[in-house]
Amino acid sequence: MPRLKIDENLPVVHVSDRSTLENLTGSWRTMAPRLRPEKCTGCMLCWKYCPDACIEMIDGRPVIDMDHCKGCGICVAECPPKCLIMVEEGAR
Amino acid sequence: MRKVLMGNHAATLGAVLARAQVVAAYPITPATQVVELIAEMEAKGEFSGRFMRIESEHSAMAALLGAASAGARCFTATSSQGLAYMHELLHWVSGARLPIVMVDVNRALAAPWNLWTDQTDSLSQRDTGWIQLYCATNQEVLDTVLQAYKIAERVQLPAMVVLDGFTLSHVYEPVDVPTQEQADAFLPPWDAPRRLDPAAPAGFGAMEGPKGYMRLRKRLALDMERAEDETERAGAEFGREFGRDYGVIETYRTADADTVLLTSGAVGSTAKQAVDELREAGRKAGVVRVRLFRPFPAKTLRRVLRQGQKVAVVDRNYSQGQQGIFCEELKAAMYGLPERPEIYGYVAGLGGGDITVELLKEIWLETDSGKASALEPAWMEDPR
Repeated sequence: MPRLKIDENLPVVHVSDRSTLENLTGSWRTMAPRLRPEKCTGCMLCWKYCPDACIEMIDGRPVIDMDHCKGCGICVAECPPKCLIMVEEGAR
Repeated sequence: MRKVLMGNHAATLGAVLARAQVVAAYPITPATQVVELIAEMEAKGEFSGRFMRIESEHSAMAALLGAASAGARCFTATSSQGLAYMHELLHWVSGARLPIVMVDVNRALAAPWNLWTDQTDSLSQRDTGWIQLYCATNQEVLDTVLQAYKIAERVQLPAMVVLDGFTLSHVYEPVDVPTQEQADAFLPPWDAPRRLDPAAPAGFGAMEGPKGYMRLRKRLALDMERAEDETERAGAEFGREFGRDYGVIETYRTADADTVLLTSGAVGSTAKQAVDELREAGRKAGVVRVRLFRPFPAKTLRRVLRQGQKVAVVDRNYSQGQQGIFCEELKAAMYGLPERPEIYGYVAGLGGGDITVELLKEIWLETDSGKASALEPAWMEDPR
């Protein structure tokens, strides 16, 4: 009978030494945020609200880590001057 | 030193003597004083751990999940709605194999609002992977908190110490409080086998597939099973240190008993008096008080209860659509044995109604006379 093999090696917990940075969640995305830099005021609300912490401020402007952005759209919803917009993934 | 303590403060002193390092809590009647006294002792410099005020029970357990992952000995206390609100985190803590000890003061769940004792709050958490110990006296509350750390740390699982709301939590009883030196001799410091360490970054509890998940669950099941023997062991070690022995169950005058009252918590004390009075009237009565509910002490109960004996289970709890919870668990533990006792269920005192000596005697007499139903629980109300 196909019973679970029980031995001394059954683990107590699952400990991983791999970084979550390896988990490229950007592939989950169907929509992507896009920045229209001319309207950006550098208010940092997108940086503050991003639930995955994948927005970095460089020279006062947001730079989005597209390897990890899941395309949730929270930055777009929170952007007061509407300089962030959502576009179809792959759109030009 | 002998002191007169309410059950809640007996719980506090247990945690302080166990040298809990992090306490995170949110107040709720009737458990509030457990953590209130810790906060007060911290303010006076009598408690060297860290007390965290937190915005909810869910967050309190989340904070302890973090602190215990860093290797700290952790404590909290709650009740009823607060425990229900913690539910998600209870699974996280047991799955992470963290030996957090929590006191739950039994209180009925709403609706409607009710503050009084009822075990359905803690028993609703029976599948969360927490060890559960039910106490009958304030002395046992203090002693059990100390033992709970020992059991929990040996099997790497969290433990819940449960006491009756008001009947124990707010009632003052003489309690022998050990010295710190005695407590230290019984309970060594917790040396966590794994801990969060910035020098050696690691992820705990990351995604695991079906194969790995099944193995982790089986390992948890084996360690939970082991907790039955570990509870006996810790109780015996405690007895050697302090002269008060504890086991997974307490039996009282059961050796030649025809009919046994099986119950838990403070009702276990009342049942002893009922049995004394029945014995004086020439009846062969006994009590089994179940102290360990998770893991369910099936091994011990199968040894103690025997063919030909009648067992009246008195449950101050109820599983809707099923029956009293200790009763259903006892039936499940006995099913399949070639020889087993007859089991009858009684539901009494939900929402804090008194379970009196008289009521327990009536339950015993009905069961002993063979008039009880083996199929459906009888709902009891004491009109006195």
